[in-house]
Parts: sequence; C-alpha cells; structure tokens
Amino acid sequence: MSQLLVLICGAGIAFADPTPPLSPTNIFAPASTPAKSIFGLSLFVLAVTGAIFLVVFTLLLYAVLKFRKRANDDGREPPQVYGSNQVELAWTIIPILIVVALVMATARVIAVVQKASPPGNAIVVTAIGHQFWWEYRYPGLGVVTANELHIPVSDPVHPAPTFIHLLSADTDHSFWVPRLAGKTDLIPNHPNTMWIDSVATGVYLGQCAQYCGTQHAKMLLRVYVQSKDEFDRWIEQQRQPASVNEAVSQGQRIFETTACINCHRVSGTVADGRFGPDLTHLMSRDTIAAGAAPNTPENLRLWIRNPNAIKPGSLMPAMQLSEQQLDALTAYLETLR
Amino acid sequence: MSTESIAWPSTTVGSRPFVDHVHEWIATVDHKRLGLLYIGFALMFLMIAGMEALIIRIQLIRPHNDFVSPQVFNRLFTMHGTTMIFFVIMPVLFGFANYLIPLMIGARDMAFPRLNAFSFWMTAFGGLLLYFSVLGGNGLYGAGSAPDVGWFAYAPLTSQTFSIGHSTDFWTLALLVSGFGSIGTAINIIATVLCMRCPGMTLAKMPLFAWLNLVMAGLVVLAVSPLTAAQIMLVIDRYLGGHFFDTQAGGSAVIWMHFFWVFGHPEVYILVLPAFAFASEIIPVFSRKPIFGYSVMVGATIAIGFISMSVWAHHMFTVGMNAAANTFFVISTMAIAVPTGIKIFNWLATMWGGKIEFKTPMLFCIAFLFQFLIAGLTGIMQGAAPFDWHLGNSYFVVAHFHYVIVGGILFCVFGAFYYWFPKMTGKMYSETLGKLHFWIFIVGFHLTFDFMHIPGLLGMPRRIYTYEPGRGWDTWNFIVTIGVFFQAAAILVFLGNLLWSYFRGKAAGSDPWDAWTLEWSTNSPPPAYNFAVIPVVRSRRPLWDLKHPDDPDWKYE
Repeated sequence: MSQLLVLICGAGIAFADPTPPLSPTNIFAPASTPAKSIFGLSLFVLAVTGAIFLVVFTLLLYAVLKFRKRANDDGREPPQVYGSNQVELAWTIIPILIVVALVMATARVIAVVQKASPPGNAIVVTAIGHQFWWEYRYPGLGVVTANELHIPVSDPVHPAPTFIHLLSADTDHSFWVPRLAGKTDLIPNHPNTMWIDSVATGVYLGQCAQYCGTQHAKMLLRVYVQSKDEFDRWIEQQRQPASVNEAVSQGQRIFETTACINCHRVSGTVADGRFGPDLTHLMSRDTIAAGAAPNTPENLRLWIRNPNAIKPGSLMPAMQLSEQQLDALTAYLETLR
Repeated sequence: MSTESIAWPSTTVGSRPFVDHVHEWIATVDHKRLGLLYIGFALMFLMIAGMEALIIRIQLIRPHNDFVSPQVFNRLFTMHGTTMIFFVIMPVLFGFANYLIPLMIGARDMAFPRLNAFSFWMTAFGGLLLYFSVLGGNGLYGAGSAPDVGWFAYAPLTSQTFSIGHSTDFWTLALLVSGFGSIGTAINIIATVLCMRCPGMTLAKMPLFAWLNLVMAGLVVLAVSPLTAAQIMLVIDRYLGGHFFDTQAGGSAVIWMHFFWVFGHPEVYILVLPAFAFASEIIPVFSRKPIFGYSVMVGATIAIGFISMSVWAHHMFTVGMNAAANTFFVISTMAIAVPTGIKIFNWLATMWGGKIEFKTPMLFCIAFLFQFLIAGLTGIMQGAAPFDWHLGNSYFVVAHFHYVIVGGILFCVFGAFYYWFPKMTGKMYSETLGKLHFWIFIVGFHLTFDFMHIPGLLGMPRRIYTYEPGRGWDTWNFIVTIGVFFQAAAILVFLGNLLWSYFRGKAAGSDPWDAWTLEWSTNSPPPAYNFAVIPVVRSRRPLWDLKHPDDPDWKYE
C-alpha cells in the first residue's frame, strides 16, 4: 500500500534535484530527450493512478470500518440490495473516460519517441549483444570497441542525437540505460533501433535487461557522454592502429600463439577474432569483463588466469598459462592504449 | 434439498488394509476426491517452489552475495516460476473448481469423471517430469540439472546451441503433458456447467462461482492450446531439424514470444477469474447481502474473457514493435481495466450497507480487494507503453505480478481454504490460528512486495543472480528478503492449522456460515453422491429462500 506514496516521493525528489540521484540508474532522473518524454508521461500516469488509488482506497476503508458487524447487533439480516443500473452505469462510464485520457497521452509519447528520424549530424552506432558483453561499431567513423559506449553531448540548440542499431550475435539481450532512454531488446535476426541524446556529460550506467544466460547479471552498460572535443579526440585515438612495443614482444608472442586470437582482435596483428571484445585499445577502457571489474593490472591478470573468479560462467576459457606467461601477457595487454 | 443421506448396505467389511485406501484414491473418479488430490498436489509443490523463492531471496539479500552460483540461481528462478504457475496455482484452482462446481449446481459429479481423473494424473505426471530433470537433465553425462531458461523460455536460449543436455526437454514435456491435463479439465468444467445443472438453475441463476469458472475454462481451451503447439514446435526444432525459432537459420525469436504470451496473458486471467470466484462467494456471505449487480458481474467476466485474448503483446513493448502495434496493445490493455474496475466496485457495493463479519476467509478477501486495487493500478502504469520501456523486465514488474498472484490470487485461495475447509473435512478450523496466519502473512507480503517495486524504479532488472553495490538497491533488497521469512512462517501456521483442525477441530455441521449456495445443503463432508435428492432451485440463493420463506429471492430476480 505504501509503495505508491514512495513512488511519488521518489519522483518528486528526482524532479527537484536531479544532480545527486537516489541511484545512478533512477528512471525518475532523466538526462536525455526520450527519457524525459517518458518521465513526463509517467508523472501523468502516476497522478491519475494515484488519484484513483486515493478515492477507491478511501471508499473501501470506509465500507470495511462503517459496515462491520457491531457487538450489539440485533441478529437480523441487513436490507438485501441486488444492484442498481444507474450506479453501474456511472462506474462504467467514468473509468472509460479515464482510460481514453490515458490512451491519448500514451499514444502521443509513443509517436514522439518511436517516430523520430535521425538528423544529418546524428552519430550512428551499431550495438551487438553477445553472451555476456557489448560490441559497439561506429560504421561511419571506422571505430570498433566494447562495453563502453562513447557519444557526444547533445546541445539543445544543435541537437546531436545518437541512433543505435541493435543486433544480437546469440540470444536475446536488452539495452537499458535508465537515465538516457527506455529499454529496447537486441534480438537475433530482428534488428531494432533506438536513440539517445544526453544534454549533460558524464558516465551513465545500466545493464542488460533481458535474461540472456548464465552471466546475464554481469553484462553491464556504461555510456560515456563527452563534449564534442573530447569525443572527437576519443574517436581519433580509437582509429590509431595498435601500439607496438619491443619490450613486451614476449607477451605479444604468447597472445598470438595461443587461442586468444581465435576470439580477440588487435588491429594490425594476426589477432583477428570476432567472438570476444576488440582489444586494440583495451587500456583506454575503465573496466573489463563488461563492467564487472575495474581495469587494473591485477584484475586483468586474474581475468586471464581464471575468468570464473570474476564472472563464473563467462565464455572466456582459462588458458592454463604459467605465472611467467601471465606476467608477460598482462604486460603486453597493458601497452594496448 | 436436505442433509439426509442414503444408508449403505450393511455388508461392508470392518477394516480394510491400508493399500485399499491408497488404491481408492489412485483409482478414484469422484470429483471431490480428485479435487482434494489437486489441492494436496498443489500444496506439495507450494512448499517446493516456496523454498526456491527463499533461496533466491537469500542470494539477493546483499550485493555480490555468493550463497548460490549463477547457474543454480538461474535454475531456481526458472523452476520457481514454472512450478508456481503450472503446478501450484492452476492445480489448486482446478481442485476447488472440481470439488465445488458439482456441489454448487446440484449435480452428483462432473460431466466426464474418467476424463477428470485422466486430467489430474496428466498434471501430476507433468509436475514429476519437471522435477525429474534434477536427476535426468544432463542425460548420461553426469551431474543432472534443472531447466535454466526462465519460465517464459525465450528463443533462442532454448535451442540446442544454448541449452545442451535435456533440461529444456524436461521443461517442454512437463508443460506439454500438464497442458493436456489442463485442457481436459477445462472441457470437463464447460460440459459440467452447461449440462449438469439441477432443475430450475438457469444460466442466470447459477452462482457467480460457476460463471467465473466457465469463462476460465473457455480461456484455458483457447490459451493453453497455442502453448502446447509451441512446445511441440520447440521439440521439432531441437530434435527434428526444424527452424521455427532457430534465428541462425532464418527462424524467429519473436514468434516464440507471441506464442508464449498469447498463452501467457490469458493465463493471468485463467488464474485470477477463479480467485474472483472465491471472492464473489465469500464477500456476500460475510457481508450478509447478495452480490451487488449479478448480471453486470457476469457481463464484466465475459468482457474480461474476450479482451484478455487481445492484450498479450503488452509483454513485448520492448521488442521493437512499430508505433501502431504498440498503440493497439496500449488500448486493449487499458480497456481491460474497465471491467476489472467494475468488479472491484461491485464487491465494494456488496459490502456497503451490510454487516461485515471479520472471519478469516473474509479477512483474506478484504486484503485481496486492497491489494488487487494496487496491482491493477501498477498494471495500468505498465500498460502505458513508454513507461513500460522502463518498467518491463525490471523488479517493478516482478513486484507487480507477485502483487497479482500473491496479493490477489493467493489471498483468495487462502480465503477459500478457510471458507470451504468445514465443508471438505466436516471440521471447523481454528479461528485463532487462521487470524495469526493472516496477520503474519500480510506483514510478510507487504514487506516483500511493496518494497520490491522500488529497486525496479531505480533500474534493477529481473533475473540477475547478483547486483553491483552503489546503485541504491541494497536496502530495499534487504527488506524484501526479510519479508519472505514472515511469509514462510505464516505458511507453516497455515499448514499447522489445516492439520490440527483436521484431527482436533470441532464438528462444523453442514452449514457453519449460514450461507446460501447448494454445497451447504448437504452433509460435511458430502457423501459420494453429493445429494440424496437432486435439489430444485428457484433463485440464485436457494438456501436463502429456504431460510426466509416469507421473503424469498425469487420474488425479486
């Protein structure tokens, strides 16, 4: 019974002060046009359902308290009332009117969000869901990366939305970054599209919202909204070929002579796998294992030694490397900036 | 109409061996015994699926907990959902329908007693098959496993590529087999209600209980059939080289979703209409008034039946349907709120001006009214498609449907247990224990499912075995888990009450509630033939007419 109140309060808090949100994934702290459209509709729906709740709750409570059998009851049956057509008509027509209002408000927002078409300067990204990580490709910009999506901030005067084509390499997934937009599923053999346009820079969190297998829980989403300059610098850096460093050639040899290259790609080398994340600029990312752990040398080494220690059920196999091999391989990966 | 009984010939043997009793129960075609078998079967699975829920909640009590592995967690939520829907709620409702419909319409049994037994045993076999997966899931390869594809088993996670071993096959076959059982029982209910009513009982004079179960049975026939078809298609995909849902060979994952939800949403009404049926019998008796607006209630039920067949894709607002399709399902989803609201208003009007007695069955039904109101309103929130782009597949939807199934349906089921326990056993339950059960359960229910909405609003998706700290979800999940322990304690009180009352309860008599429908006119428990003389009725409340010859109902209907 109390959750409606909490819900409305939550909305109020978010409305009054969106900077320190209750949670980095609060749906009532929108920071992007589609999320704000949804937020507007949800306030309307909450107001209508809240009002219905108050009226019916009060009536129910009144009936239960007022018409309870008293201690001094005379034992006679109360008047037997069978119904009333006028009353029935009233509580049929009023709900119908409320429903019509709700449907119209909803249909408007569906159209606003779903029928938007990309302007000329829109960034287009292809997001591909994998068990249990995200692949991002920027077809127009020649960039491929994983798990951390970078997009430019959108200026209200010169909007620069990002349109995301959603594909899946295996099972169903769902892209949900609550502060930026509602979720849209990634379904194999069923391409989808969504769009976001954050008005404030920062990191926005989310995670896969459609059960996709063992490690569904640790398929986390990170969206980096950057200023135009920062974003351009990031793109420029991502387009560079992988760095080559003689000092770590031993680690590179281990990487290129084990099964690593079956799944991973490092541009300009023999490693050209597509099954796992592109590692060309691995060290430009804050996290590894789809956001499951910070990208530190210790975590990276642990991840290579035993992926199950961080993400049990991950599809990356433990390669059974010796301690020296692990050190050399980690050192090599640390140079992929 | 009387409590007289037919004397057995005095040639019966004094005591019979235990196996004779077992054999009688296994071979029975009596609707009352089959009803009790359904109910006992459901209670057994309630324990199992409840334990699964408890383990799920212990795992989620804090972030990065490792009480169970992700693999085990995924099996637990799959088994919990599948068991609760198909082997707890459906059987318990079928059990009450089986037991009560012939008694309420003045018949001596269901229309097809042998089909009735067949259907029960199919359902029972399906439940055992589902749990045999724990042993047989991986075939000959060692450790067994239970299904882990979620209760709606979205393609292509169920394909052989992603689901090796036999766990998905056990899930498929369990639902296929129990689906035949459900369809059999549904046909039986339809035939019984349409053909077996006693003289004088026109369709317009049936208890609402019979009407609601009639519409429920119609929905079962329409909705379970596509599920059964989809299961067969899945078996063809997995073993006979089919590609219905094989996305890598041009199949469609979305088609599975349509098949599943064209079953799945009517299923919600299959479960809730019998719960409405309990409320529609209990609320009038404990308010001492006839149901308000009988014909409107019947009309609203039929309207719910029809509209419920057109709302299924509101489970699919996030799969990328176009704006027109989304809008259509918004309209149909919002529309179903109207007849459902009418029902709540009619129950409210039934209590209005009455003399409400707060016996345990009525307490559960009153709580149902409040909780179902909230469940309906959170349903409207999710019916607004853009809002659902956030709420769908989050913990908000988990809280919503548990509000429907526990706060709505299970509360009515508990009400029904207490209300008809005296009829079924001849013993009166303990009112003290009943009220204790109610109050502990309502505390646990609200701790768990009120607070479960909030992490959903804060971005927590369902079906995750663990979660990151720092998302504002920790406190809520802790409270939710604490509530589960209250619910578990209440269930123990409930079972204790059933057992204690069965062995130690006072004799209840044939009509302990001073009620008005035909089941209260025969002995408690009713004899095998139900009625020594087939009753003749003139109104919807035949026992009211009998008790108030000066002011009978048939003068006003």
